[in-house]
Amino acid sequence: MKLLTLNFLTCAIKTCKTSPSSFPLHPQDSELEIVEADINVLFLRNMLPRLMWNELRLIVNELGLPSLPETAPDASSLLETKLQVPEGDTTGLNIEKIEVPSQVAKDLHRVLLETCIREGKLVCGNCGHEYKVMEGVANFLLPGHLV
Amino acid sequence: MPEYLVRLVQMHESFRKAELQALAELAGVEMDIVKYEEDSPFCILTLPSPAAAKALISRSILSLGIYSLWGHGTSYDLLHASTSQLSSHQWPAFQSTPFRFTVDSFRGTKTAMQQREIIESFSYMNFRGPIKMRDAAAEVFTVFEDYKEHAAELRYLYFGRLVGSSSRHLKTTYDLKKRHYISTTSMDAELALLTANMALAAPGKLFYDPFMGTGGFPIASAEFGAYAWGSDIDGRSIRGTGGSARKGQIGKRDVQGNFKQYGLEGRYLGGFVSDLTNTPLRIQSLQEDGSAVQGRSIGRGWLDGIICDPPYGVREGLKVLGSRAELSDLERSTHRDRYMESGYIPPKRPYSFTALLDDILAFAAETLVEGGRLSMWVPTANDEDVELVIPVNPRLRIMSVCVQRFNKWSRRLLTYRRLAEEEVLEEQGARDEGVMDEKGRENEVGRGAGANELNDFRRKYFEGFKEFERLRRDGSSPRPDGALVADQKGGWDSALRDVFGKGSST
Repeated sequence: MKLLTLNFLTCAIKTCKTSPSSFPLHPQDSELEIVEADINVLFLRNMLPRLMWNELRLIVNELGLPSLPETAPDASSLLETKLQVPEGDTTGLNIEKIEVPSQVAKDLHRVLLETCIREGKLVCGNCGHEYKVMEGVANFLLPGHLV
Repeated sequence: MPEYLVRLVQMHESFRKAELQALAELAGVEMDIVKYEEDSPFCILTLPSPAAAKALISRSILSLGIYSLWGHGTSYDLLHASTSQLSSHQWPAFQSTPFRFTVDSFRGTKTAMQQREIIESFSYMNFRGPIKMRDAAAEVFTVFEDYKEHAAELRYLYFGRLVGSSSRHLKTTYDLKKRHYISTTSMDAELALLTANMALAAPGKLFYDPFMGTGGFPIASAEFGAYAWGSDIDGRSIRGTGGSARKGQIGKRDVQGNFKQYGLEGRYLGGFVSDLTNTPLRIQSLQEDGSAVQGRSIGRGWLDGIICDPPYGVREGLKVLGSRAELSDLERSTHRDRYMESGYIPPKRPYSFTALLDDILAFAAETLVEGGRLSMWVPTANDEDVELVIPVNPRLRIMSVCVQRFNKWSRRLLTYRRLAEEEVLEEQGARDEGVMDEKGRENEVGRGAGANELNDFRRKYFEGFKEFERLRRDGSSPRPDGALVADQKGGWDSALRDVFGKGSST
């Protein structure tokens, strides 16, 4: 499961949902993997205002990944302009400006969409319930006594 | 504004107009429907420009293409007169371009000789360019003939220049027969793609399916550029089958594999196992006055679209977490002690379909961004004796109701738009409080009840809809309630018309 999805998941127990500590869920004993994917700046830009940035930073630290900046990057910092000579042009006189994903966008993409939890568990900070992650699929079904 | 002709397909009729309207909203173009009939595959629209026409139709599943309307009429004489009048100023631009002419007859055929005659009757346009029958870059001019059903008589003629083609080829690309991993209830590819269109799936958006099964809807939304996420109460359908070294199986088939098959794995956010009534997704707690609850409101809506085909309780069980009877203390402690064991299976109980629909709506209201869409499929018996009930939620406005009819039952695709909070307050003031009845609520808890008592549709399905046959038979006999029974079908259709009427006036 991609780290982006952890930013949208809380504890499934109804009485826990109202408690601040039920979000985010804390990954434990995680086996991480990197699954490469094409970067999509439009999607990152749309997700930025929907992310809970502090909680994302917390999880990244708990997983022992390089720390994220203290505040969420600005949408405008996701693109940078690059000067490039058009293909097939040998005169070097025509230089065009193109917009490419910036390092900020690449880092964000790496964390949110390429870093995945393969095996492990997610633990609620409020009730301590553990949700297993197997083959990248987390199981949020609650046992009989908790429904 | 210029007029355009859309060549629709003559199936899933009630979806066609709704699809065009959804696509117009998605492409951000102003569209007016000038002529549309359920009985005809030809629809005339006004659109601001050819570019707008192309953008509109490029995503369409239920059309073949869009044409700049060059002429129309009830006979060939009138067609030629209309062509000269409407399009003669455009002819010079195509004098020397490569082109081809085709004849498209709906409910009729023309032999090659007859087609040639028709094509040559347009020679006054004086096109001198090379004729290219297979070249994709050539201009395409098409004469459309619309015949009456079972009649040799022409109903109408249209003539147009092709401006843009649809995405109907995706129906073949995503055909279930060629899909790597499917199950008994996988949604037909054409309808899954259509559903993604209705929910406005597009690049950069986030889509979710709470009943993903083998992932048909997430795949359809990913095809249109959205990032897709899903869950299911049955983890086996997500993890898939095969590939177990222990059992000596080879050839893993899973949802991930489906995404790989179509080259969409980059837009698959993964699946998780959960039950919608106990969802782990972060939801904003909404208060009656529309503001989010103070303190722990975890952000605002964050989903752009929810598309799903909820379990009807017929071919797949309609179950949620919980047990049929209240657990005794001993049972509770057993669950508590043993749930961490690897073989533990959480208890599930049957659930009411009506309650589930309300839950889906409530979930959508709490997670969709303003303007986000929910598209879901709902079954009904064809001769439903009760008035068609469209589930409602104060924060969602119904946008369209489309019907797919089967022999004795049909299913409807309901599409809702998440309102902005200001709109919710406005609508709330306008709406009569009494309208929101508590129909079906008595079943909501439903502990101890069997699947049939909880799910009316399931009961009728397994009784073979005999109740209605009996009613219909009785209705034909001179009984006092005969008139009422005979009116049932009309009642159902008129209920639909009411909804359509409402949809177009808003």
